[in-house]
Amino acid sequence: MRKTVPLWVMLAVVLAAFLLTRLGGNRYIYFAGYFVLQYIVLATAWNVLGGYTGYVNFGTAAFFATGAYTALALILAFKATLPVQILAGGLTAGLLGLGIGYLTLRLRGVFFSIATLALSVVLQTVVSNWAYVGGGRGLSIIRPKAPELFAGHAEYLFVVMVLLAAGSVALAWWIENSWLGRGLAAIRDNEEAAECMGVPTLRLKLFATTASGFLMGVAGTPFPYYVTLVEPGSVFSLDYAVNSLAMPMIGGTTTWVGPVVGAILLGTAQQVATVTISSELNLLIVGIVLVAFVMLAPQGIVGLVQRLFHRRSR
Amino acid sequence: MVSLDLLLNAIVAGILLGGFYAAVSLGISVSFGLLDIVNIAHPAFVILGSYTAYAMNRFFDFDPLLTGLLFTPIFYALGEVVYRLYYMGFERKGEESLRGLVFFFGMLFIIEVALLLAYGVDYRMIEARYVGQSFHIGVVGIAFRLLLPCLVGLMVTVALHLFLSKTFYGRAIKAVSQDSQALRLMGVNPVKIKRIAFALSIATASLAGALLILIGPVEPSIGREYIGRVFAIVVLGGMGSISGTLAAAVILGVVESLTSTFSGPSWAPAVSFGILLVVLAVRPAGLFGR
Repeated sequence: MRKTVPLWVMLAVVLAAFLLTRLGGNRYIYFAGYFVLQYIVLATAWNVLGGYTGYVNFGTAAFFATGAYTALALILAFKATLPVQILAGGLTAGLLGLGIGYLTLRLRGVFFSIATLALSVVLQTVVSNWAYVGGGRGLSIIRPKAPELFAGHAEYLFVVMVLLAAGSVALAWWIENSWLGRGLAAIRDNEEAAECMGVPTLRLKLFATTASGFLMGVAGTPFPYYVTLVEPGSVFSLDYAVNSLAMPMIGGTTTWVGPVVGAILLGTAQQVATVTISSELNLLIVGIVLVAFVMLAPQGIVGLVQRLFHRRSR
Repeated sequence: MVSLDLLLNAIVAGILLGGFYAAVSLGISVSFGLLDIVNIAHPAFVILGSYTAYAMNRFFDFDPLLTGLLFTPIFYALGEVVYRLYYMGFERKGEESLRGLVFFFGMLFIIEVALLLAYGVDYRMIEARYVGQSFHIGVVGIAFRLLLPCLVGLMVTVALHLFLSKTFYGRAIKAVSQDSQALRLMGVNPVKIKRIAFALSIATASLAGALLILIGPVEPSIGREYIGRVFAIVVLGGMGSISGTLAAAVILGVVESLTSTFSGPSWAPAVSFGILLVVLAVRPAGLFGR
């Protein structure tokens, strides 16, 4: 019974979001909401690998862009529908994760991190040289009409993103509470000991990299419809790497709650700050907050709250 | 049919480029290779060096190389501060792996965005008398723009090599990575040695930055292209071997130069990553590793 709980919660959230869009309201809310939700997916995806196993991925932008450019290529080639794009984008990014993981995860974790960091630069080089998807200058696309049920594109993409965010959080919840999660936690705590106890560490790590890459790719697939102008500079922006890592780090990395809390806080703050102060300055603030948290409060907000409650109950 | 002139020119340019890459990678070779501190922010410090050279040239008409040399003590001090923070926050608690990486990533991001706020996204360059000149040996043209950084890079490499193999502190730095316990028994504080070594690695970024802005225009995010390069060089060179770093830098320089000559400069950034992946998959100890 307990196993189906997240499924029902997920459906309820999506239904609520859909009903919300029927009420109308300012379209900017949905536009900004999409931004925050996209980061819930990215932060959750990062945490599946980074938080649960302790392997740091700096290449979020590369996986995100793999999703976005797969979607773009499918739109150009077959005028594929959004569900097809999401599935294909996710699978391609998942395969990319599997490949990178296979090459580097047998070594020390540092090498995986360095490889992901360099991966963004290389994929950006490849895409910038690929004229079909617009090369370095980018490409603008025309969106097809949104389905009848929705008032417009902002509402439609918002509900799609709610579905994706709820789905990835549910997946993270499931991983965390299954034997997979326990294996991953064992790797994080002491990989050698885990290996000796018979935990299939390499296979588990590959699973986590693939799942994490898949979700990051999924987050990127609706991007072409969201911005309509797809150019490498914005898709491969370092902001994705920093944010998707800062959000779980600030929220707390050991449970599925942390990335969600971090994404909502940082994502909303950035949306507000971009409107009120310059966007560079707010990125600078994200960087400083990240360093402060990683040094002073490594358990994140969730950890701080937990500690507070423990002290009270004593 | 490949033109021989073109080939020769590309190889010579690649070797010169390699000397410069060595200067950029030496810092990582010390911090990552010898101290096991994964300072992915090193290229950002190099860019900081470039902008220092740019600002000094712009406002006081200083020569970039002179600035690079004059600012090494300041970068050394900066390195000490960063190491103290790193030590207090992570190394002392034995949590350096995951959170240390994130710490340096945050530093990289802060430096990049701060430079962006101060100087904007435009490319900056320096006009010095010798930058535009070149001479010919046979069919091979040699530009001062590349020759000078290569020579300075070689000098820094030799100096660092001598320091590490001949002096007391240099040998202690090499020892700290192998057995810090034994070092402690010899009456040397390993933390102090690590601090000196790390500060030294950041100090090389000042000179490397000055060289970088001599070679070409610089903008704040250019450091990211160098992350793949420097780590490819350090891993290929066998982690912490100074001569290995130089050899690997020249190899990468030549391969990159050949790639940009024969398939276009826009492909050059992909080369280092290819090399890095192949080395990690085939021989993680590097060409000159133990």
